[in-house]
Amino acid sequence: MIRATSLLMTMYMVFSDDTVMGSNRNRPKYAIETSNLNLWYGDFQALLSVCSKIKAGIITALIGPSGCGKTTLLRCFNRMNERFEGVRVEGSVEILGSNIYDPEVSVVELRKKVGMVFQRPNPLPLSIHDNVAFGIKVHSPRRSLNKYEIDTAVQKALQEVFLFDSVKDKLRRKGTELQLEQQQKLCIARLLPLKPELLLMDEPCSALDAAGTEAVEELLLSLRGQYTIVIVTHNMAQARRISDECIYMLNGELIEHGETANLFLNPKDKRTEEYIEGRYG
Amino acid sequence: MQQIEKHSLTDKLQDTSSGTRPGPASGVSRGTLGAFLTHIRRIRRVVSERTIVCLIYICGVSAVIFVFGIFFFVFREGAPFLEHGFKAKEFFLSPDWYPTSATNKRYGILAQLVGTGSVTLVAMLVAVPFSLGTGIFIAEFCGKKTREIMKILVELLAAIPSVVWGFIGLMVMNPLIIKLTGAPIGLNVLNAGIIVGLMSVPIIVTIAEDAIRAVPDTYIEAAEALGATRWQLVRKVILPAAKSGLLAAVLLGVGRAVGETMAVLMCTGHSINIPFDAKVPFFHVLESVRTLTATIAAEMGEAPRLEANADGTYPTEALHYQALFVIGIVLFAITFVINITADMIVKGIRRKK
Repeated sequence: MIRATSLLMTMYMVFSDDTVMGSNRNRPKYAIETSNLNLWYGDFQALLSVCSKIKAGIITALIGPSGCGKTTLLRCFNRMNERFEGVRVEGSVEILGSNIYDPEVSVVELRKKVGMVFQRPNPLPLSIHDNVAFGIKVHSPRRSLNKYEIDTAVQKALQEVFLFDSVKDKLRRKGTELQLEQQQKLCIARLLPLKPELLLMDEPCSALDAAGTEAVEELLLSLRGQYTIVIVTHNMAQARRISDECIYMLNGELIEHGETANLFLNPKDKRTEEYIEGRYG
Repeated sequence: MQQIEKHSLTDKLQDTSSGTRPGPASGVSRGTLGAFLTHIRRIRRVVSERTIVCLIYICGVSAVIFVFGIFFFVFREGAPFLEHGFKAKEFFLSPDWYPTSATNKRYGILAQLVGTGSVTLVAMLVAVPFSLGTGIFIAEFCGKKTREIMKILVELLAAIPSVVWGFIGLMVMNPLIIKLTGAPIGLNVLNAGIIVGLMSVPIIVTIAEDAIRAVPDTYIEAAEALGATRWQLVRKVILPAAKSGLLAAVLLGVGRAVGETMAVLMCTGHSINIPFDAKVPFFHVLESVRTLTATIAAEMGEAPRLEANADGTYPTEALHYQALFVIGIVLFAITFVINITADMIVKGIRRKK
């Protein structure tokens, strides 16, 4: 009986398009698994055998003092570190079950599945519409999409980030002309038409004021469940507010990983405790 | 003023410290001598400071002075023609250039204008795709080492003297064009266009590369994080963002092509001819032309500079020399407009950032 129900459930998930984007998607438990991940910038080792398992569908925050390697770790998840010269990676990062550092993995496909939001909002110097449409245009063969499909996808993405109502009359204006908060929302919106599994956020609120931060945090909470979100933050209060799990890093090492409430209330490691109490960092 | 006071103060401090050193001078004379030396030093510092500032100032304005000086002298030599023989309509719209005719001297530069234009057009058709391609390759596609080597090689292209380019046009391109196209003569618009195009490659490449590398890294990072491939990145992000800089690069290349003289003189065939007509293909690149610059270079030596008569009029033979200077003014105006436009485009980019 149970088997039959679960089979039905699986069939429902496979055949219903809604659930693919829905929160009860049939995904592996862990979205990201790193094992013995080491990374060097030239001679400097920035990550020391990091082993982590990041659960799917929740918000995980990476916290730690400046230079502890949290951004480096984040940038490993979509191989953005390869942009820099002299970067060497050892170990493996499995995203949704496959090692992304395998030679046959396509970086283009990986980055389609794993979206990234940066510290400073960086909309492309294109119109708001084209910014959101950039991803799907890049990933579809030429002329395979008609204007209607693109426009619908753009509208849907902008609605998902609560930006559509304020920009619907100026979709042809440049994305770089928006306020910073709106720019950051736009940067999140442009990832969504690609239907990513993961959203990586590198201090997405550090350039924003309090109101902008609140708006973006609200947005993240609304996206929670649909996407696996990994967020790097300097702001411990923010980590507490929005994350389900927290990873504390120090000097390239993963010190502690646990439920946010637990980690902040009874940290297991002395160093975590000291950081949370604000003794350093 | 404050600075000078500070200097003298440090001088005094140094002086007292040097006073502790055992020396031959007695205590009394050391005080007065020290004050005197301090004074001299101060004066010397002020004077040398002012001299250097003055020298730098002179160097700074000299460029402006030279530009205005050149314009003044060119204009002065051409002015009598503008006053007496100049009819704008005939000058710009007639292709009849007979400055040394015994009976009917005519000064029309339409053919030369068109010649310059057609050579420039072909040159840009050759240079722009090559240079932009090279610029994109150097800036985005190649490694650090290749980039350095490529840049040196491209700049080496700029170091080839224009007469050597002309030589190549004359001895290499000429027989090649005759052989490949069957044209009766290989010294024509195509030949000069290719040579001048290659000559303007370095300037376009250098500026285009700068423009491409000036595209903020955040744009590139954003596009890469969205999974854009290298070419998509270039086509959809970098080229649109560097658009104005690339346009400025092309314009400076045009300026170079318009101003080029020696190579053009050797490669165009130097004949008064308009290579356009109503027959297909309208633009006949295998015809010889003459350009503004080449006209000046070829004829200046034989055109006599004659003084005015007592009544202020000039002998008709004098007009040739003066007309050449008016051509110089026209050239000056063309390149001036091109450079100013390019400059304004580049400034526009900076202001936007």
